[in-house]
Formats: sequence, C-alpha cells, structure tokens
Amino acid sequence: MFNKDKVQEVHKKFSDYHDKTEKSLEKRPERNKTFFTGSGDEVNRLYTPKDVETVDYQEHIGFPGEFPYTRGVQPTMYRGRLWTMRMYAGFATAEESNQRYKYLIEQGSKGLSVAFDLPTQIGYDSDHSLAEGEVGKVGVAIDSLADMEILFRDISLDKVSTSMTINAPASVLLAMYIAVAEKQGVSAEKLRGTIQNDILKEYIARGTYIFPPTPSMRLITNIFEYCSTDVPQWNTISISGYHIREAGSTAAQEVGFTLADGIAYVEAAIEAGLDVDAFAPRLSFFFNAHNDLLEEVSKYRAARRLWAKIMKERFGAKSAKSMALKFHTQTGGSTLTAQQPENNIVRVAIQTLAAVMGGTQSLHTNSKDEALALPTEDSVRVALRTQQIVAHESGVTNTIDPLGGSYYIEAKTDEIEKRAMEYIKKVDELGGAPAAIEKGYIQEEIMDAAYMYQKEIESDERIIVGMNQFKIEEEAPKGLLKVDPIVGKMQKDKLVVLRENRNNAEVEVALDNLRAACEGTENVMPYILIAVKAYATLGEVCGVMREVFGEYQQSVNL
Amino acid sequence: MEKIDRPIRVLVSKPGLDGHDRGAKIIARALRDAGMEVIYTGLRQTPEQIVNAAIQEDVDCIATSILSGAHNTLLPKISKLLTENDSADILFVAGGVIPDDDIPSLKENGVAEVFTPGTPTGTTIEYIKNNIKR
Amino acid sequence: MENIKEKLLNGNKRAAARLITMAENGDPQAANIIKDLYDKSGNAYVIGITGPPGAGKSTLTDKLVKSLRLENKKVGVIAVDPTSPFTGGAILGDRVRMSDLNTDPGVFIRSMGARGNLGGISEATGIATDILDIFGCDYIFVETVGVGQSEVDIVKSCDTTLMVMVPGLGDDIQAIKAGVMEIGDLFVVNKADRDGSKKTAREIRTMLSYKTSDWTPPVVMAEAVNNEGIEDITMSILDHKAYMETSGSGIDRRIENKKNELLNIVREKMYQKLLEKTYDDRLLEVLSEEVAERKNNPYSAVETILNRLNIK
Repeated sequence: MFNKDKVQEVHKKFSDYHDKTEKSLEKRPERNKTFFTGSGDEVNRLYTPKDVETVDYQEHIGFPGEFPYTRGVQPTMYRGRLWTMRMYAGFATAEESNQRYKYLIEQGSKGLSVAFDLPTQIGYDSDHSLAEGEVGKVGVAIDSLADMEILFRDISLDKVSTSMTINAPASVLLAMYIAVAEKQGVSAEKLRGTIQNDILKEYIARGTYIFPPTPSMRLITNIFEYCSTDVPQWNTISISGYHIREAGSTAAQEVGFTLADGIAYVEAAIEAGLDVDAFAPRLSFFFNAHNDLLEEVSKYRAARRLWAKIMKERFGAKSAKSMALKFHTQTGGSTLTAQQPENNIVRVAIQTLAAVMGGTQSLHTNSKDEALALPTEDSVRVALRTQQIVAHESGVTNTIDPLGGSYYIEAKTDEIEKRAMEYIKKVDELGGAPAAIEKGYIQEEIMDAAYMYQKEIESDERIIVGMNQFKIEEEAPKGLLKVDPIVGKMQKDKLVVLRENRNNAEVEVALDNLRAACEGTENVMPYILIAVKAYATLGEVCGVMREVFGEYQQSVNL
Repeated sequence: MEKIDRPIRVLVSKPGLDGHDRGAKIIARALRDAGMEVIYTGLRQTPEQIVNAAIQEDVDCIATSILSGAHNTLLPKISKLLTENDSADILFVAGGVIPDDDIPSLKENGVAEVFTPGTPTGTTIEYIKNNIKR
Repeated sequence: MENIKEKLLNGNKRAAARLITMAENGDPQAANIIKDLYDKSGNAYVIGITGPPGAGKSTLTDKLVKSLRLENKKVGVIAVDPTSPFTGGAILGDRVRMSDLNTDPGVFIRSMGARGNLGGISEATGIATDILDIFGCDYIFVETVGVGQSEVDIVKSCDTTLMVMVPGLGDDIQAIKAGVMEIGDLFVVNKADRDGSKKTAREIRTMLSYKTSDWTPPVVMAEAVNNEGIEDITMSILDHKAYMETSGSGIDRRIENKKNELLNIVREKMYQKLLEKTYDDRLLEVLSEEVAERKNNPYSAVETILNRLNIK
C-alpha cells in the first residue's frame, strides 16, 4: 500500500525519534512502564506506516459492502440507515413489559428486544419448584402463548423487528411469536427478528442450558431449516461473544471462540443437509462493546474479515450475504460499577462510540443503575439518548469506517485477526467447539483471563474509576427498580386458570406427537407450533423434550 | 485447642437458576490461593442441596454467589435449613448483585455478610478467616 | 461434639462428617474412636477409582452410585483431589458431577484435599473409609486422580480397584506410572464414543496379558455421561467382589490390601516423625549443606538421619 522506500525512510526517522525519546525518559518518565489495552496486550508509543507495511488495501481493507467486509457490511452503512437502537427489556409480567416496550417505541427505539426470566430461559413454568423466587426477576415470565399475546398487545408484528434472548427453548418461543403474529393476521413470511439460539455459549459462559449438546444442535438445525422456508426474514441465530467477554475473555478470545462456535453451527447445518448459502445469510452475531475504544473498533473489523474468509475458503459460500458478518452489540455490563453510578453513563457513551465506529448493525446500551438492578424508565431513557446523541450530534456517522487507515487501528485489526485464528486452530485440533467445551479448554482460557483481570484490579495495575481509585463516601442509591415478589403468585394463578380453560385433550395429543417427533428425525418445529397454539405451557413442551433428550450435566473447569 | 494450621473449608455455591459463574469461580480460585479448601458445587443448587453438601463436607463457611434477584427467597431458606440441621455455626456469606436495601433483612435472616460488586477478593478472604466459628 | 461415637453408630451425618474432619487434621481422637469401634466395621465394600484427569471418574462414580441406590444400598464417596503445593489450598470439584446425590439420604459424599507430603492422606482416607463403614455404608467409592504416588497408593488398598481411561490418551498409556496398570482389577474405557476407543481397549488388554493371576481384569467400554456400560461395570464389580470374598487368592488379596494400607500409613507417619525429630536442630538442613559442599556424603548423612529415628 505504501512505497517501500518511503516507508524505510520514515522508519529511519522513527528510530531517531524513538532513541531520542527513550533518552529523555530519565528526566521525563512516562506514567507507566508499559501500556496495555483493555485485554492486557502491550501498546506501542506510536504506530507508523512501518507497522502496516504488509497491508494491501484491496485484499485486507477493501470497501464497505464488499469482501472481506473489513470496513462494513453495507455499501452506505449509517449514511443509508442508522443502526437499530434496540434496548433489551423485560421484567415481571407480560403486562408490565408490554408497557415498557410501548414506552421505548414512543421514545424512538426501532426494534424490540425481549428479556425473559430465568425459569422461562430454562424451560420451567412459573409454578415449578425451581422457579421459586426467580419469576419475573431478570426478564419477563412467559408460561404460555397467553402471556406472549399480552406481551405484544397493540404492537403490530409486521411493523417491528424483535430480538428474543432465548436459547435452549428458542424453538418454543419462536413458535409462540409466530402464533401471536398469526392471530394478528401477519403471516410468518413478514416477520423480522432474531432468536439468540446459541447453545454453545451457554455451556461456555452463560449457564442457561437444558439439553445435552447433540440434541441441542438438532433443535438449532431444525430451526434453521424451518425458517429458511417459512420465516425467511428471520435471523435464526445470534452467535454470541458478548457473554464470553463478560465471563472475562480477551478481545481476541471473544472473536476466536465466537467464530469457532459459528463454525460448529455451520458444520452442523451442512451435516443436516442444508446448503450453506440457504442458511448462512441469516446467521448473525452478538458482540460486546468494552472500554478500550480503539481495541474494540479493531476487534469488530477483524471479526468481519476473518468470518468472510472462513465462509468463503472453508465452507465455499458463494453468496455475498453468507460472507457478510452482521452483528448486534451490547455495551459491556461487567464494566459498570456500583460505585458512583453516574459514571456508568460516561462509560456507556464511550462504548457506544466504539460499537458505532466499529460498524454494528444494532445496539443496546446499558443503563447507569445496571450494576445494581434492572433499569428504571428514566435511566433507560438516558441510555437510549446516548445512542441518539452519537447518531445525530457526534459526526461519526457521516463517513464509513472513520478510523480505517489509522496505523494503530490497521495494525491492531491484523493482530486480533491473527490471534483469533490461532484460537480457532486450537479449537479445531481439539475436535471443534463442542469437543473443546467438553474438554474444558475454552472455559479454562476464559477463566485464566478473568482471574488475571481481577488480580490487575486488586493490585491497582488496572484502574477502575470510583472503585479502586477516585473513591468517595456514598450512600446507597435510591429509587432502584424492584420486581414485586407478587409476580410469582400472579403467574401461578394464571397457570391455574389456563389449565382450566384450555382443551386438555388437545394438549395431550399435541405433546404426544411432539414426543414422537423428538424421538425420531423429523423437524420438530411444526409439532411445537401445534402444541403452543393449543396452549400447552412452556414447561410442558420442554418437559417432553427433557424426557426424550435428557439434561446437560455440567462440569468443573476452574 | 483446634487452632492448628489446617485449611479452612469453604463451600462455594450458586443457588437458584442464575448461570453467571465468573464471580464464583474467581472467589473459588482466590480462596484456594489463600490456602483454603474449596468445595465447588457448580450451578443450579437448591437450598437443600447446599445445606446437605455443607454438612457432609463439614465446612467452616458457605459462600453463595447470586446475581438473579432471587436472593431474598433463597438465602433465608438456606439459613433456615442450617438452623434446623443444627449447623448454624457455619459462617454464611453471600456475594453478587444484591442491592444495599436488601442487606439488613438478609442479615437478620442468617447471612453474616454480603459482598457487593467491586469488593476485592482480599476483603472477602480476611472476613472469612476472621469470622469462622471453629 | 457430644456423644459422637453413639451418633456415628446411629447414622448421624454430622457426626460422621465431624469425625472425618478430625481424621483429616490428624486429631488422634478420630483414630481412637476407630480403635474402639473397628469391630463394628467390615460391612462396607470399598471400590477405588482412579485415572488421569478428564477421564470422567466423577461422572462414572455418580452413575455407579445411582445404580447401587436402585438396590437400596447405602453408599459413601470419598473424592480426593490434589492440593496446590504453593498455597496449600485446593479446589474440590467432584461434587459438581454428583449434584443429584446431594439430597439422597442414602448417600454420603466427602471431598478431601491430598494436602501434600505432611498431609497424611493415606491415614486420613483410611480413617474416613472406616468411619463411613461404621456409619453404615454398604459400598464406599474412593476416587482419586492418579497423578501422584500417594493417590495411587490409596486405591491399592481398596477391595476392588477400577482404572478409568479415555481414548485419545494413546501413547500416554505407556507414560502412565508403572504400578498403576498392575493394580487395576477392572478397566473402563470411558468416553468410548471417541475415536481410538477400540485401540485403547486393545492396548490395555495387551498390557494385561502379561499379568499372572487367576483374576483376569475385564476391560469395559462405557459412555458414563449417557449411562452406557454402567450395568456391565456394576456386574464386573460384583464379580470381583465374589472373587475377593470366596476364592483363596481373593482372601490373600484382602490381606495384601491391608498390608498396603498399613505400609502407607506407616510410611506417612515415619516421614512425619522424621521431620519432627530433626526440626529443632535443623538436622536435615545442616546435613544437606554439608553434602552440597562435599564435606559429607549422602550415604553417611542418611545413616545419621536413620539413627535419629533409632533405625539401624
């Protein structure tokens, strides 16, 4: 990209600058001996053309909307259309969550993002013994289609796109969504949205698994197949790095392990007989937006370039849509502090800039109180405004990939891509992501990184403002959101009524048929759809699947 | 009389359905590095499972990590079971996302101390060392 | 604890747990109680399980326990994990794989850290096994990670020793400590769905063909996590149990096991005594310096040390 001789000239001058500066350090030392990125990698004082001399513009950087997509997956990016401001929300009952969704739509949110409570995520009804104390706490409680209908009351499903953070029982919640749309008169072909549906990261970092890996992969490929014909605009998976990062990984690990999971899903789908270009365009990703802005921007670029190459070279994808990595981003929850919560607004603003300058397709911004509780209406509004201010006031959306061409950014993009590729190789050697998870490799790598991070904080090597430095005496914050414990009882009562009013014979037949389908090799989605329409509960449907598939047994990887 | 330098035994556990175990694993490692024996039970533990394990392992301390908001239901249950099983002398501490407002009531219900986000592992370790009852 | 002896005999879990703690800490009270109650023991059949890390021992133990529970047997599990030589701490994670058993009243699970050379793990495990025996267990599993000599020694004194291997360790079978392969009464190739499982089974059978004894250790394929092979393993254990209890060589083996147990404990105690008796005048450090500076030789130094123990 640069003239070889010129680069050498500059590098000579750089060496002079370097030597001079090193000498001056005795009198005027730098603030630290070494400087590190958020992930702990050393950063040089200065980056010059020498650091990127092997970069070829056409091959490595390219143009937005063109292979290898380093600069972005659409030709006009935010000049054409801003990223979707999609705020993750949901708590307590479907009624209350419905209110919150309507509020967010009023305030300018363009997409819905549903948070489910833990019993729902793990396939238990609100009256299950393990649901005690958990109903409605981290998200909305959905026990049956009836709750789903309330959740989207007065919201036309052909007018919004909905992302559902649901994994092990994704098939069931998707079926419920399709059923609600049907009742609204909206056909499945019109539906736009995403289900997270990424079971591998549950085993790695998030813990809301139900079934063992093999049947889980079957369910996932069943969904790919069903949607490719019946719900063609739906993103069938959101391959997630967010949680891997939250569990303590580095940026390179976030990319490496996420793409390794992606590879596993693609392989599973191909093995199930699907053509790569039939499902790959609907794969999407989900990344973290952490504190080190420059490292994060490099990370997203590296991920896009690496995935494009993998899809093309490893899987022989032909369609451009198969190679373009589209992703949703969430600002890193684990970076927020309980101390001086106002500071979190600033952190989220920086993380928003990182995600936007990194080319995200949609974004959730955390609220200031989230180290302590679910957000109030007021704090969620500020989080949404943060995105709007960046979009309309900061100027970073005026041009595409504004940091492209920075010597540091291009060098870092290369570095992260290289290191992510090493992780993918290692996972391949272990037999692929499912095998690597079983052997505990991925979990241990993440744990080591997390432990190191913690040690750095405790030794003050890593400063967290308000927590280990710049502390103040403060009172407990007031006005946090609390989920009324009565929610549990309300859901239980609803279940009683539901079971009385539905056609229980119909439910039984549907569940029996589902059981047979699970035991066989048919696609289970049509059977789940019939069951949920008959108002079988989530717990009942998952109960059948638990019977047939068994439950995942956790392992220790400390 | 029994103050030999025998390792302190701690049960580290995640009650309820919450699956985020970064904190629990960090505490487990930190306690091990401080010379303690850590019995790690993993995810999805019911109060009964936790207390039974604690009794069989004859631990000095139970450390629970919970981020799901279910602490007001689950932690008092654990405490109650400890008392019913004559084991209230086991030091019972908790960490995770637990609002300050809830702490006084938890303490009234048998939780000795709550370590909120940002607490250095050293603080937790010192507390355990200084407060175990045997 | 008051009346700990009576409580133990009555099957009180807290009493058993407390006594095991005393044994772990070298509290002579524990050994004394066992001395008194030893004639009440002997009901429990002890199965040692060892193998490399990652072989799936805990999962396998979990399934075997469940299988025995179906016959209403009371089962104890002692899981020994390595202790960090730097900090003296340990993460004992075997219970994770046995979560369901936490609330089964007929099961008692105890995790122990190996606690290093001075830890006296052989004695502690021995006493813990006796405690669970007296407590009322019909079967006791002693599970160790076969990486250290003492972990191997422990399973040598069990009635039946089960070696768990995994395919893909291939050449590591050769690398595994000699002595480990010899003590196995039953070999399990776990995670048998993996590539190389048949090869692993063949390699084990080849090594076993050099063994001379009237018990031929079976090699069983299993996928513990899917409950495959559990029945076969249980049957093999019971077969070996019959052999141990009825055949002449089985009874000889029992005596051999007890000899191993005695030797293990004696070895530990002698080591402890040695360190005790050389502590005050730092005899070991002094002699080591002398040998390093070649003012003394190792063999005379050893004689000096043995003299301290009154051993000629």
